[in-house]
Amino acid sequence: MKTQPDKYGHFGIFGGRYAAETLMPALIELEAAYRAAQKDKSFSKEFEEYQRQYAGRATPLYYANRLSESLRGAKIYLKREDLNHTGSHKINNTLGQALLARRMGKKKVIAETGAGQHGVATATVAALFGMECKIFMGEEDIHRQAPNVFRMKILGAEVVPVKSGTATLKDAMNEAMRYWVSSVRDTFYIIGTTAGPHPYPQMVRNFQSVIGRETKKQIIKMEGRNPDVLIACVGGGSNAMGIFYTFRNQKDVAMFGVEAAGHGLNTTEHSASINAGKVGVLHGNKTYLLQDEHGQVRDAYSIAAGLDYPGVGPEHAYFHATKRVKYVTITDKEAIKAFSYLSRQEGIIPALESAHAIAYAMKVAPKMAKDKLIVVCLSGRGDKDAQTIIEKGGVR
Amino acid sequence: MGRIGDKFESLHAKNEKALIIYLTAGDPSLGVTKELFFGLESAGADILEIGVPFSDPTADGPVIQAASQRALKAGTTLQGVLDLVTDVRKTSSIPIVLFGYYNPIFAYGPKNFAQAAKKAGVDGVLVVDLPPEEAREFRSHTDVAGIDFISLAAPTTPEVRLRRIAAEATGFLYYISITGVTGTAVPRIEDIKREVSKIRRITKLPLAVGFGISNSKQAQEIARFADGVVIGSAVVRLIDENKSNPDLVKNVCTYVREIKKALRWQVDD
Repeated sequence: MKTQPDKYGHFGIFGGRYAAETLMPALIELEAAYRAAQKDKSFSKEFEEYQRQYAGRATPLYYANRLSESLRGAKIYLKREDLNHTGSHKINNTLGQALLARRMGKKKVIAETGAGQHGVATATVAALFGMECKIFMGEEDIHRQAPNVFRMKILGAEVVPVKSGTATLKDAMNEAMRYWVSSVRDTFYIIGTTAGPHPYPQMVRNFQSVIGRETKKQIIKMEGRNPDVLIACVGGGSNAMGIFYTFRNQKDVAMFGVEAAGHGLNTTEHSASINAGKVGVLHGNKTYLLQDEHGQVRDAYSIAAGLDYPGVGPEHAYFHATKRVKYVTITDKEAIKAFSYLSRQEGIIPALESAHAIAYAMKVAPKMAKDKLIVVCLSGRGDKDAQTIIEKGGVR
Repeated sequence: MGRIGDKFESLHAKNEKALIIYLTAGDPSLGVTKELFFGLESAGADILEIGVPFSDPTADGPVIQAASQRALKAGTTLQGVLDLVTDVRKTSSIPIVLFGYYNPIFAYGPKNFAQAAKKAGVDGVLVVDLPPEEAREFRSHTDVAGIDFISLAAPTTPEVRLRRIAAEATGFLYYISITGVTGTAVPRIEDIKREVSKIRRITKLPLAVGFGISNSKQAQEIARFADGVVIGSAVVRLIDENKSNPDLVKNVCTYVREIKKALRWQVDD
């Protein structure tokens, strides 16, 4: 496979840099700063040190014995990104971007957030590096992810409620971009996923790719070989890209990205951009989008706030187009079931986002032989979702 | 040269500056947009910038965001906007620029759009989120159709980049007067003047300034050194405030007439 992206940030026909002129110079400057940091050994050394000492990496690759046994099929391993500091994989990326912001002399950071995991991870690194921090969050998400809102405030961040649209992640990102247009000279925008204009998809992928590198090392140590199947949930797709990227050229590894089917693909209430969307341009990149026939972006829906986004990272669009990754879907109901099941089988409460990946593993594992290996990226912990689950009657 | 170039030339010959008025198509309805169209032309608008509503207008402030939402709720589509242009073009020769975001055009099909827009009588397009780096495919259709590709220059644009943008732009160059989204800050005249004179050394294209201009005083001051001023949010706000007023068109036209008057006085300074 050719190295992606090209120098303008294109992954095949996807990606690119579709941004207002006010932001273009900042994106070009960011790209140059990132390239320089990539070449600077002291940057990667510092990044790795923070990952180890502060975030708590490496995260374990845990063999889920009871889960696997109960499903009577393949062996299921969980890549425990939920054990990172702040409770999800998001810290991998925010540490990288905050270090870059510091290197560029920016003392203010902003971010969008859906589930609040990226917001918390950004507020955390802002506190760590003494930066001023504003988090844009949809009002709807502020209600359903209240614990994360408190965490951000405790960490000293300002949470800016976004009322436009459906008041979820897409609208938070619109507002963050607008704010960035007016503050671009001194503010660094920490985008939370492998989307946005170039160089974000590539940069976030690279910061997250530690997940896949560790997984490869760990599974080889434990099993002596690559996994047969990788499964990860996909909203924007940063945890999935993080675990997939290392294995992209390993033909023996099948990869599944799990999109949120919400109330079902036959309804309008889902977030399955690849499975049910069309190619379009939003938030700076060309990718699959949920949209109507006139090119108006539709509102996404998922019980998992972090998957509630009408687009998907451009490299996922590319992996779909080239058939490298198969993108499948899991409904709210299936995710809730998996949420409870993993909690009771393994004593691990997964984030509702990650529960989508678990649910898909529960579907395929029983159909696979006992000596086959599945790795699921358990991207985050589920404490934040307790309220949602209780309201939906997911726990009896 | 197209209608846009001709307009700047004829204004230049009269020592007058262009008044460019933005309004969101379909806010509150395409019928009202059509009435406003003719009203604005007779009130002295030189060029009309017709906003094609989009669900996610990331470069627009609250006023135009709300207008886009109203227009979309009223069922406005890109096809509807093109039909409106076709209709008014039967009797009007005012230059028309479509202003919007790329996704509705991409969904329409860039080639189909270029042909349909030309046929409708569109003179230029300004696609906010389509910088020169991504514009190649689109322009391969609009250039062939003879539609001007109006390009943006921002206060943050460095000179090297400015040269490239100016070299590739057609129609006029649109200088964004504030580091911000539309209608959200007061432009600083001295800064704009300095930037505009810098751009002058780079290009012979007419230069219009917009994004934060809301009154005749600002318009007049900017017109001293620019070739045109764009008024957007202020007009859109006025339309919204008067949406149930039978004198909507009249009130908007009074406002526009006053600004045009200020731009004419300019000459006598």
